[in-house]
Amino acid sequence: MSVDTATVAKIASLARIRVTEAEIAAMVPELNGILAWVEQLGEVDVSGVEPMTAVIENHLRLRDDVIDADPLTGGGVRGAVLANAPAPEHGFFGVPKVIE
Amino acid sequence: MTDLTELGVAAIRDGVAKGDFTAVEVAEGFNANVAAAQAALNAFIVATPEKALEAARATDARRAKGEPLGKMGGVPIGMKDLFASKGVQTTAASHILEGFKPEYESTVSQKLWDAGAGMLGKLNLDQFAMGSSNETSYFGNVISPWRRNDGGNAPLAPGGSSGGSSAAVAARLAPAATGTDTGGSIRQPAAFTGIAGIKPTYGRCSRWGIVAFASSLDQAGPMARDVRDCAIMLEAMAGFDPKDATSLNLPVPEWEAGLSGDLKGKKVGIPREYRMDGMDADVAASWDRGIEWLKDAGAEVVDVSLPHTKYALPAYYIIAPAEASSNLARYDGVRYGLRDLPDGANLQEMYAATRADGFGAEVKRRILIGTYVLSAGFYDAYYTQAQKVRTLISQDFKNAFTQCDVILAPTAPTAAFGLGDMVSDPLSMYLNDVFAVPASLAGLPAMSVPAGLNREGLPLGLQIVGKAFDEQGVLNAGLAIEQRARFSAKPGRWW
Repeated sequence: MSVDTATVAKIASLARIRVTEAEIAAMVPELNGILAWVEQLGEVDVSGVEPMTAVIENHLRLRDDVIDADPLTGGGVRGAVLANAPAPEHGFFGVPKVIE
Repeated sequence: MTDLTELGVAAIRDGVAKGDFTAVEVAEGFNANVAAAQAALNAFIVATPEKALEAARATDARRAKGEPLGKMGGVPIGMKDLFASKGVQTTAASHILEGFKPEYESTVSQKLWDAGAGMLGKLNLDQFAMGSSNETSYFGNVISPWRRNDGGNAPLAPGGSSGGSSAAVAARLAPAATGTDTGGSIRQPAAFTGIAGIKPTYGRCSRWGIVAFASSLDQAGPMARDVRDCAIMLEAMAGFDPKDATSLNLPVPEWEAGLSGDLKGKKVGIPREYRMDGMDADVAASWDRGIEWLKDAGAEVVDVSLPHTKYALPAYYIIAPAEASSNLARYDGVRYGLRDLPDGANLQEMYAATRADGFGAEVKRRILIGTYVLSAGFYDAYYTQAQKVRTLISQDFKNAFTQCDVILAPTAPTAAFGLGDMVSDPLSMYLNDVFAVPASLAGLPAMSVPAGLNREGLPLGLQIVGKAFDEQGVLNAGLAIEQRARFSAKPGRWW
């Protein structure tokens, strides 16, 4: 499989990255080179093989259902959450108007 | 008096504890080296000399009161700028996070501070840890302190992505540094700069507070001048963390106390698929010497097969970009970091402009590949297939480890290359991680130790891969090599 300029434009749009036509033109051969190389994986017989889900066997834990058990990751830290926001407004994240 | 910046972790810890010198003297020595080298090597994004001094003063005060100093008491270290540092700019070497000052400290760095270490500064790296030469940083290339012996003084790559870490330790700007390894980012830079570094078993070190690249692969580990120093620092970094869902709930072994270079009764596997056509002659010779060294240490050497080796890199370059495209979706110009809001732009246009401006070319390339392989219609052909191949690669190691205790291989196919030599061809850059990526995909502990110099006078590393949870076996085989390689070369101080 290979990509063309329309596909690269579509991927960039899905990835929310603005690209110019010149950038797309440069990316098409680069991405095709990489995709052609990874396609050798198709040679591998994977019948009966499960895709990996955990690299080291581990079981998912549940934490105790306690509010703010860890103060660092609990609530009540609005100031810390907003401290690095580029445009905080009235205690919220500010964004351009979404509703027309 | 000895130059304190020539000392490693163990020597500093022990010397401070004994009162041969103070932690403040050590911190002042390294602070001076950091400042003197910054213009030439660009190893740090931010230097924090006051933090190093503050921790050193605390250590000296504890010693005066007769209190325990901790595993890293009095040792100043460099912190890869991928670990969140409370109140200190943390960028992942990206423009999109420029100016970001976390309100929290990563688990691993907090453990190091609790163990008595101090921070010399935040180390440069490849942007979001994506690269093998430290040429993708928004804050400029790191220059290796090493030069070829041809007198040409061509600037060389310190390896990547932990290139600031490797350059700083090799140049005596820090006795040790943190690294992270997703597909070789501790081991390859360690090999390029003549230092040691270990990536532990996936889950040993908490990922909480480390800027995420590929979460199923990312592991933190120490980079230092020798195996003992790595063992000490890994003990301080590792341990269960309830805040990381993949953290291993296991006690941290006493790796330093368990060190032994006697390999009697141990079997060392030599993977035949790693001996590739056209292999660099110096790298092949170094591998052969490593085999003889391990035999000399008492080990039996056996031939093993890892039949899916050639598929590891292509699988990695599907899995890692796929995870990266998902992880990096969080950089949107809303919650932290850069915002680019062109006049009259709507929310979607703001996202796209911010990410176009904030990410470098290699990061964009990987996000686009990841987005493509995860997109509807291609997911099974690329991503599911790669995860199946990953299962086979992991099984290859399990099979090999029925015949041997550790595996010995080169760390990288070449010594350090020149800056600029590989940037125009992403694929050839990716191939530099051919020996490192398989152990990453299998989540296994793996380390690089210095093995000698090539004909150009540049360091070469040997890699030991161990069974899951057997960092001790890896460290011990590394120690056996270190005791026989007696690597003492260091870069001349030209800066």
